[in-house]
Amino acid sequence: MFFKVSLYISLVIFILALIYKVSTWFRYKIGIGAEEIPTSTRFFSAIKGILSTLFSVKILTLLKVFVLDVLLQFRILREDFLRWIMHIFIYGGFMLLLLMHALDKYITVAIWKDYYSTLNPFMFLRDLFGALVIIGVLIAIYRRFILKVPRLFSNAMDIYAILIVAVIMLSGIFLEASKMVAYSDYKRMVDEYSGLSDPQELKSLEAYWVKEFGTVSPNLKGPFDEKILAKGKELHQSSCESCHAKPQWAFTGYGVAKIISPIGLSIDRAHLPSVLWYIHVLACFVGLAYLPFSKMFHIFSSSISLLANGVIGKEKLSPANRATLQAMELDACTHCGTCSLRCSVIMAFEEITNMNIFPSEKIASIQALASGKKLSPLELRHIQEGVYLCSNCYRCTVVCPVGINLQDLWFNVRETLLRKGYPEFLVLSPLSFYRGLMKEETVLRDYEKPLIQAREAIAATCDLMKKKDKVLPLTPTNRNLQSGLNLSAQAKTFSVCFGCQTCTTVCPVVGNYENPQEALGLLPHQIMHAAGLGLRDLAFGSNMLWDCLTCYQCQEQCPQGVHVTDVLYELKNLAVKQVREKTLQPVERK
Amino acid sequence: MMTFALFLGCTIPARLNQYESSSRAILEKLGVGLVDIREFNCCGYPLRNIDFKVFILSSARNLALVEKKNLNVMTLCKCCYGSLKKADFLMKENASLKKEVNATLEKEGLKYEGRTEIKHLLSVLHKEIGIEAIKGKMAATFKRLKIATHYGCHALRPSQVVGFDNAVAPSLFDQLVEATGAESIDWPMKLECCGAPLWGINDKLSMDLTLKKLTDGKKSGADYVCAACPYCHIQFDKVQKMILSQRNVNHPLPSILYTQLLGLSLGIDRKALGLEMNEIPITGIEELLAKEKELAEQSESTEKTESNKE
Repeated sequence: MFFKVSLYISLVIFILALIYKVSTWFRYKIGIGAEEIPTSTRFFSAIKGILSTLFSVKILTLLKVFVLDVLLQFRILREDFLRWIMHIFIYGGFMLLLLMHALDKYITVAIWKDYYSTLNPFMFLRDLFGALVIIGVLIAIYRRFILKVPRLFSNAMDIYAILIVAVIMLSGIFLEASKMVAYSDYKRMVDEYSGLSDPQELKSLEAYWVKEFGTVSPNLKGPFDEKILAKGKELHQSSCESCHAKPQWAFTGYGVAKIISPIGLSIDRAHLPSVLWYIHVLACFVGLAYLPFSKMFHIFSSSISLLANGVIGKEKLSPANRATLQAMELDACTHCGTCSLRCSVIMAFEEITNMNIFPSEKIASIQALASGKKLSPLELRHIQEGVYLCSNCYRCTVVCPVGINLQDLWFNVRETLLRKGYPEFLVLSPLSFYRGLMKEETVLRDYEKPLIQAREAIAATCDLMKKKDKVLPLTPTNRNLQSGLNLSAQAKTFSVCFGCQTCTTVCPVVGNYENPQEALGLLPHQIMHAAGLGLRDLAFGSNMLWDCLTCYQCQEQCPQGVHVTDVLYELKNLAVKQVREKTLQPVERK
Repeated sequence: MMTFALFLGCTIPARLNQYESSSRAILEKLGVGLVDIREFNCCGYPLRNIDFKVFILSSARNLALVEKKNLNVMTLCKCCYGSLKKADFLMKENASLKKEVNATLEKEGLKYEGRTEIKHLLSVLHKEIGIEAIKGKMAATFKRLKIATHYGCHALRPSQVVGFDNAVAPSLFDQLVEATGAESIDWPMKLECCGAPLWGINDKLSMDLTLKKLTDGKKSGADYVCAACPYCHIQFDKVQKMILSQRNVNHPLPSILYTQLLGLSLGIDRKALGLEMNEIPITGIEELLAKEKELAEQSESTEKTESNKE
């Protein structure tokens, strides 16, 4: 009764949650274009896409991906052998337990007519599968907490996942062990199956079980007489053996039973076997009901991601399917950290404390963003910075064990966030090269806007630039500027500039304009001079700073050895740092 | 055998596979061993505008990884080359910077000591292998091919840091181009920037500069512009294509990677050279080479018949 009720409750929760989760794949809007597509369009377009794939030659690719990547998980193997062992043990062991042990009435019995959980090979296999899972869980704990794999972050979901599996497995093993030592369980089996009634015979059989199989009896204690044992063995062979293999075959349970046998009687008296049964069954049902909300949901979503990305390859998706795929991929992420381990720009985190720099951590933020959760401007800026701080090297996508097209996700989220209008200073770096290359392939609305916004945000802090007649004080206005240019010893060289204008003359950017001052503001030699005078506003507010090619012509030609390009680099660093701190809510910095 | 750690950077594996495959093919042919280090990260170049420390740390981590393997490193990208060189230079000059960097690297068990030599592919070809050795392996040479050789800023300058070649009158790349039999033409804007550093930041300016340079190359009689850097090449290839359509210019100067040019002369399989992967087609160069071969065979046979007559 209890079993059935709780099973059905958890099953209903599971199915409702599953429907809810899958519906988010069609409802969550990620990135450009997704806003305008209604859920129904996305749903039917996905169905159409799936059907047309299933009834084409691509079915062969699907089969291949299913066997190699979903079942055998070659993508994990390619990355890390220990991780593959870990995952295969947990997933393989758990799946086999689910099919053979949990669903035995439906599956195992249907295949093997003479199935008995107490008979071999089933009894042995159940413990073998359980042992595999336990080993896998131990490796998982070892990797996360002892080996400390770099950039592998453990969040509540990861710990829950390890915990629920561990509780299910350990309660199962302890349940088995406690039943082995419990006298009442022995008694029940004798009553039900043996058909013996002679007290002498019963005593012999009991002695044999106490001696050989670890039953802890309140009545009998060894050592036993050889004759009694021989008789017991005979009875065991005639009445028990045909339905009950030697408990030693259930090696994990038997091992534990040996350890707990000194308290075997108390275990029985406290009804521990039934307590453990409740724990075991409840843990399974809780795991089932909560599965769609937990990391374990990846059993479904990651498989779908692998299959979908396996057939999509490089071809272009319709905007509707792209939106659906990306919403689904957020669920497919297992937070395994492979992307963060291989990410090209991870060193940025050493200076800019923003967890969203790590690809594996971006996903959670994007999930919050996609679910429509209200995020503060600071949180939005953090995500924006995280998705822009990316060299677009595609490594995350290449290594992702579940095949998520992470690069495309970053790109998409980047553009949506930029439209919200928070200035992003990273757009003024060569990280934007990729954005420039993509502007035709993906029609980028408001392509220029973030570029202008970032420059304007910086210029807005430069009051001096706004004054028409720039009356300057004679003393340096900003001593901090000069002392701030000290990141590399080279940049200090601006002080020896004698204003010969060679830098400006050779600058290809200056040479590109008929009226360079109008387009660029201060020219290179004037910026050197501004730095010398501590005129922060004039230096930061000049377009020249952001239009510098860094071709080093100026620096190469300077007769005074001023490191012109390096000074420009440092001014840019300084401007970004100061303006970010000034105009926006502070972004944490070390 | 010479062995280098191959530093591919971010752009090549993601957007310019033909540069990687052609480089690997020619280096194999020329007997250079390559070691791939998976742990490499971005060289830091794109972040120099934003944060000096991030740039230094990124470069230093890569150098420390190479040092750990007791190797020297070879880059295919001029911007990676310039960044690694710069970081190396600064840390050698500034002991406190080096100490600070090492304090961070130590967390991963890495240490930068400055034992690694940083080379660009072109300097390896020129200095380690040598023009004569390369010429000795040629399968066919070009005769009527005019190449506008593009050096790339971050390899040449600042010369104090990079030491690639004479920054005012470089000849290393010209010699390498001429080893294939092609003519490396003189063109006024040879040492100018390709425009890529501003692509995505100020597209109009970037296009102005690129177009100016390419027009100059074309006017000076070049058949192709030749680069050995992913940023320069993409700017001359994909971005040029965008410029052509936006500005109604219809005389492209196609860009060929040096490794593709050299690969053709070395007789390397065209698939490895990825000739078809360039956005502005360069497959015409194959026909040119085929013609050269034909002509060479003809003249050879006429020579033979002439000597037979004699």
